[in-house]
Amino acid sequence: MRLPLLALLAKEPAHGYELKQALEQTFGSAYPSPNIGQIYVTLGRLEKDGLVRSVDVEQSNRPNKKVYFLTADGREALENWVDEPTEGPRVRDEFFMKLVLAPLTGIADRMALINRQRRHYLSLMRDLTELAERTDPGDRVALLLIEGATLHLQADLDWLERCQEDLVT
Amino acid sequence: MTVLRTLNLVRIYQNGGVPVPAVRGVDFTVAAGEFVAIMGPSGSGKSTLVHMLGGLDVRTSGEIWLDGKRVDTLSESAWAVLRRRKIGFVFQFYNLVTNMTVADNVELPALLAGMSPREARERREYLLGELGLTERAYAAPAELSGGEQQRVALARALANGPQLLLADEPTGNLDSRNTRDVLKLLGEVHGQGQTIVVVTHDAKVASKADRVVTLADGMIVDDASMRRRRFTPGTAGDVVELRG
Repeated sequence: MRLPLLALLAKEPAHGYELKQALEQTFGSAYPSPNIGQIYVTLGRLEKDGLVRSVDVEQSNRPNKKVYFLTADGREALENWVDEPTEGPRVRDEFFMKLVLAPLTGIADRMALINRQRRHYLSLMRDLTELAERTDPGDRVALLLIEGATLHLQADLDWLERCQEDLVT
Repeated sequence: MTVLRTLNLVRIYQNGGVPVPAVRGVDFTVAAGEFVAIMGPSGSGKSTLVHMLGGLDVRTSGEIWLDGKRVDTLSESAWAVLRRRKIGFVFQFYNLVTNMTVADNVELPALLAGMSPREARERREYLLGELGLTERAYAAPAELSGGEQQRVALARALANGPQLLLADEPTGNLDSRNTRDVLKLLGEVHGQGQTIVVVTHDAKVASKADRVVTLADGMIVDDASMRRRRFTPGTAGDVVELRG
């Protein structure tokens, strides 16, 4: 959660609870609702690393609140994060290990493995389809995230087909 | 009740005197109201299979039974009559009649199936309404986007209230929004009891089906009923983990 918090602080200084709300508003249902304790722990670590700093702001009738702001090092860390290419999701290598190794040991045949995996992917796809139908059409971020997951799953299924063509005769 | 049944269905093409088997002995049953997706690599015979089921390709051997009657022995003209009355077909490339309006494209199969002009018009109004195309009724197909044309093709396929809806890659050419509309209608008519057999590469389409049949090399290698799982995730955040 470190870098999303830095990104939000790059926009404007904020205290912990405001950051929680900003995360929720930005990502909608796409982000598992962040726990406030987790946010404070992360802010504490960022402060220790010199990426953010905080000032106490007095409030009437209430304890002081800590407002966090980004340091020059924090901005640099954020820029580096944004600039570097992001690692894509890896191929499901565990399934591939099974697919290659299982027939050698006589534990399972490849067609059965592929069929089981296809059924699994299709049921995940069904969950995603239902989720997309249930998601508020105005929640663009969540819908795009679901569509991304859908496309990855479609690629996994296509790849399974290729495995079937090449490894099962 | 069984709507469709094949027995050891075989299709062999001749390629310069060399026999090329496309479908090699398919036994396949579809119950009334069932939604079946047929998947498989390209060249696995899935399109050939669905074309034979609609009488658009001729089997080499084996049997096809539709609604309790053997149909693989029918003449071409008898197939045409059968398609008019009992089968709706959707292709990847819409195949609309270009010099007729959208409304006429949809009403024509209903009229050919023996509906009165009034019934045909009501059916057309209902279907176009469901697909959000009411305002396009008097447009020519060429004035429509690809997604709209495919929705019209789906409305046309459903116009005669077919016992069996066959589709060959109905979303193969569509973007995600149009795919969603087509899927929505398929889900709806399936909910009303429509029997559907769809050949697809698109896992979103397959995920809507009750059953997914997988072909490889012209044979069925898997026949999976897609039971609804008890666990359904709550929000996108539960399904997809954002890192950072």
